[in-house]
Amino acid sequence: MNYVDFLLWVRGPAFQIATAIFIFGLSWRLLEILSLSRKPELAVVRERGIAGGFRTIFRRFLPVDDNTFQRSAFIITAGYIFHLGFFIILLLFVPHILFFREFFGFSWPGLPTPVIGIITIMTLLALIALLINRMRHPVLRFLSGFEDYFVWIVTFLPVLTGYMAFHHFFHYPLMLALHILSVELLMIVFPFTKLMHTFTWFISRWYTGSRAAQKGVQV
Amino acid sequence: MSTPQTIYESLHHQGFSRRDFLKFCGISATIMGLSPSMIPRIAKALENTPKKSVIWLSFQECTGCTESLIRAHAPTIEGLIFDHISLDYHHTLQAASGRAAEQARENAMKEHHGDYLLVVDGSIPMGNPGYSTSAGISSLDMLKEVASGAGAIIAIGTCAAYGGLPHAAPNPTGAVSVEELITNKPLINIPGCPPIPAVIAGVISYIVTFGQLPKRDSLKRPITFFGQNIHDRCYRRSFYDQGLFANSFDDEGAKKGWCLYKLGCKGPVTYNACATTKWNENVSFPIEAGHGCLGCSEPHFWDAGHFYQALSVPTREIVGTAGYALAAGAAVGVASAMLNKKKKVDATKNHETVTIHDLERTSS
Repeated sequence: MNYVDFLLWVRGPAFQIATAIFIFGLSWRLLEILSLSRKPELAVVRERGIAGGFRTIFRRFLPVDDNTFQRSAFIITAGYIFHLGFFIILLLFVPHILFFREFFGFSWPGLPTPVIGIITIMTLLALIALLINRMRHPVLRFLSGFEDYFVWIVTFLPVLTGYMAFHHFFHYPLMLALHILSVELLMIVFPFTKLMHTFTWFISRWYTGSRAAQKGVQV
Repeated sequence: MSTPQTIYESLHHQGFSRRDFLKFCGISATIMGLSPSMIPRIAKALENTPKKSVIWLSFQECTGCTESLIRAHAPTIEGLIFDHISLDYHHTLQAASGRAAEQARENAMKEHHGDYLLVVDGSIPMGNPGYSTSAGISSLDMLKEVASGAGAIIAIGTCAAYGGLPHAAPNPTGAVSVEELITNKPLINIPGCPPIPAVIAGVISYIVTFGQLPKRDSLKRPITFFGQNIHDRCYRRSFYDQGLFANSFDDEGAKKGWCLYKLGCKGPVTYNACATTKWNENVSFPIEAGHGCLGCSEPHFWDAGHFYQALSVPTREIVGTAGYALAAGAAVGVASAMLNKKKKVDATKNHETVTIHDLERTSS
């Protein structure tokens, strides 16, 4: 298999397999989570809890108080840089938009590639910093298992290989193929790991917020 | 062809002066991608080298490769290549036909056994041998026979190098490349549909001058000409970096000469010299003419995704795949939900109420 065969394989059959596993896992797990019925609230509720749910979804984007922020300033800052950077790269890099246009049938404007380049470096640095922190912080290290490091790797690789491919490090078609392959790896492990939080964070926030809003008495 | 003339003698015979000859050596060095310090060595080699016998076999091809080499305005550097070689057999260019033509081939094979250069354009059908024959001999037999006595083989054009158009899915003739059939001879691929004439001339000059094949990459292409991809040498590259793209062939971006990535340009994954040597007497190359690169010098170029879809678009249909996966996932999800529910109901049903007496009984 030469590099052309490899590139065609990752762009064709491998991407089809990865898409199938990704979508299958996603719909299976989301449906299962959503179908887990909760016990009915027997007490008289303060309010229906819908507004409270949405309030919590958005409120938790910011630290609740200064103390919380100060204690975890590094994780919050680096975490934000990584998450925002990742989504900017994913959604605003022109070749990625062309992929989404093919899938969804509509597109949106992208960012100039040097801007994406800078954001990519920031994202990579944030990811590395978060990994070092995880390995050095005694509590985080104690709590971290194989899965935590594994999902870090599968998240880090697409960003790294994408950057290397864009800048034509080594051999462009080979780097492009490795980039697509790393994305496929991410897609395959995504529904069965902690990476599912991409879709579940707002469900759990909404649930927490809505339950809190139901409790207590109307004043 | 009584006594083989040297290349210098041949040029001299045509009225070229010594000065012209050295100029010619300089041009040869340039197209071979060699430094000027190599010119004396080239001159020495060409002065003393007998013309190389070349047998050119055409199989499943369109003659575009030959056209590329000869259909240029005279006099050209590429045209001078015919002074380097003794083209003893070539369907399109030879005057002889029928038995006389085959006789010329057989004579050349006998006379220069182990030394002649075999040039192949076109792919070889592995299906019915009748798909491609000449003088009643199938392409496969002809290739095997002529290759057995060749000093080296040049596979010219994407068809000979990788199968090309005949190899495109569903490959009705079972077309294969030369490389897949002949493995015991030094071989160089000069892919392209057609290949750049200066590249063909450069490689032949190199072989004639140095008696060996030039340095090749993993796909057996001469690195001098295939070492860099089109995207890296493209004059529109800065627009790619700035994020300025043509969205259609007649929009504002296209008129301003912006990057053609969105319109399916395969420049980033195509290795060739088009962007530097250009075509038609250095006039332009496809991207300069406003059309994206098709990637014609790469293997599987007919099956490497839509010509007008960007490189980042998967080559297979994925929306339908996603649809089926969604339905399958939903079915498994519903089944899991029902199992979970059943578990819950069973747990409630089997729940035993523990009284104070039970606790006493257990502890006793």
